[in-house]
Amino acid sequence: MSIIITRRQALIGGLAGSGLLLTGCSRIFQADALTDSESFQRVLAAAQGWTRATQRFLLGGGEMAREYEPSDISPHFKANGTLNPGGQDYDRHVAEGFVNWRLKIDGMVAHPLSLSVADLRKLPARSQITRHDCVEGWSAIGGWTGVPLALLLRAAGVRAGAKYVVFYCADNLDGDPAKGGDQSMGEYYESIGLTDAMHPQTLIAYDMNGKPLDVPHGAPLRLRVERQLGYKMAKYVRHIQLVSDFSGIEGGNGGYWEDRGYDWYAGI
Amino acid sequence: MSTPAAEAVSETGKSDVRPRREVIHRHSWLVRLTHWINALTIFIMVGSGLNIFNAHPRLYWGQAGADFDKPFLALHAWPDWLTIPGYMDLADARHWHFFFAWVLVINGALYLAWSLGRRHLQRDLWPTAADLRAIPRSISDHIKLKHPKGEAAKRYNVLQRLAYLGLLILLIGMVVTGLSMSPGIDAFAPWLVTVLGGRQSARTLHFLFASAIVLFIAVHLIEVVLAGPFNEVRSMITGRYTVPGEHD
Repeated sequence: MSIIITRRQALIGGLAGSGLLLTGCSRIFQADALTDSESFQRVLAAAQGWTRATQRFLLGGGEMAREYEPSDISPHFKANGTLNPGGQDYDRHVAEGFVNWRLKIDGMVAHPLSLSVADLRKLPARSQITRHDCVEGWSAIGGWTGVPLALLLRAAGVRAGAKYVVFYCADNLDGDPAKGGDQSMGEYYESIGLTDAMHPQTLIAYDMNGKPLDVPHGAPLRLRVERQLGYKMAKYVRHIQLVSDFSGIEGGNGGYWEDRGYDWYAGI
Repeated sequence: MSTPAAEAVSETGKSDVRPRREVIHRHSWLVRLTHWINALTIFIMVGSGLNIFNAHPRLYWGQAGADFDKPFLALHAWPDWLTIPGYMDLADARHWHFFFAWVLVINGALYLAWSLGRRHLQRDLWPTAADLRAIPRSISDHIKLKHPKGEAAKRYNVLQRLAYLGLLILLIGMVVTGLSMSPGIDAFAPWLVTVLGGRQSARTLHFLFASAIVLFIAVHLIEVVLAGPFNEVRSMITGRYTVPGEHD
């Protein structure tokens, strides 16, 4: 008896199973409706807090991201996001060799600064060869030279109560459908907390692989935050602002991609 | 304990006397609970993982790897009906994936701690020398779809033991390779990434381990259906398992 029933059961089981699958993995338990639900998103978002707290604890000693040898440098470092901000202003800066580019540092600081690229090049520099990990999954190794952000922040004097460093960029990203989600137009900006901002490997970089940054990689200045994903490392940086919270800044989530659903803490 | 002949009753009142089936308590409450949490979690992890994979459907070996580098394996994007969410959405797929990663780890830690403490792992999963000697016979039994009866059905056969232990190792491998892709964890434990051959190797292994887990699930489900889905599924829900009789 068992063999006959077993075969029939196998057939029914198999059909039911493939039927379920063909309706779609998401539809079986309404995953898409759950994704759209704000209260369910709040549940999922709890895990971001656990991850951030765990990593903050593990990296409490200021651990350094691994640095590589010159021979490890990727022959072609993929440029992603904006490849050329364009527009009259930026094009003029390119034509002038960025001699008139200014990096403003203001917000909750004692002494607001406005620095040219030449000013930055005169300051103590740090060089590091690190691996750049994109949220999409790929990695590339590159050499970066720039001014440690900590040095600039100390010169500006961070005022009590400041918690985040916001980076405003010259590019207006009009969306890359490959990343999914809401990719409406918007100026690129990013932010990091003071712990990462004061980390010795966090740089305002002006050189890549021994040469001035090229346009696809963020000329003339870009951020390096080596213990987080690539989307944190804003390119074409022109303005740094210290704030206590993100209210009133674009979508209020601390970054272009963050306003489009990505996590603010990108250590994972 | 064999089926007591004294309890044999007639089901129909006619002459075909059949022995009453022996029912045992097969799975403890913790194994049942963690099994179903694990089943749901792995389903979501695979679906959201494929969605994340679709953002860059190429795999590399080493630390780095992107469009210009030679891939270890270049695939196409997986169809939407396989992914969670059911459309391309890297941000939300990551939310699903990283929430259920915590569930996977907590649930798995609970199972491991309990299984080691109660010696479930050592007694029921770790194969004995006699088990290992029986591998060839067990393989031939499985090919012939011959399932253990009576006393033999009360314990896991050697292929089951190896499959469940293998799944346990694969799941630990998933967590380790998953963590190795995190730039934060890489700064904390760079040796971990080195051991795995680099961050892109870790991503490739993550994908290969996941493929092996999907293969396990396929075989597992087929075996459940072949061994009697009602009895098997009931035993994983209520714990009660009807031992297949010698004459069935």
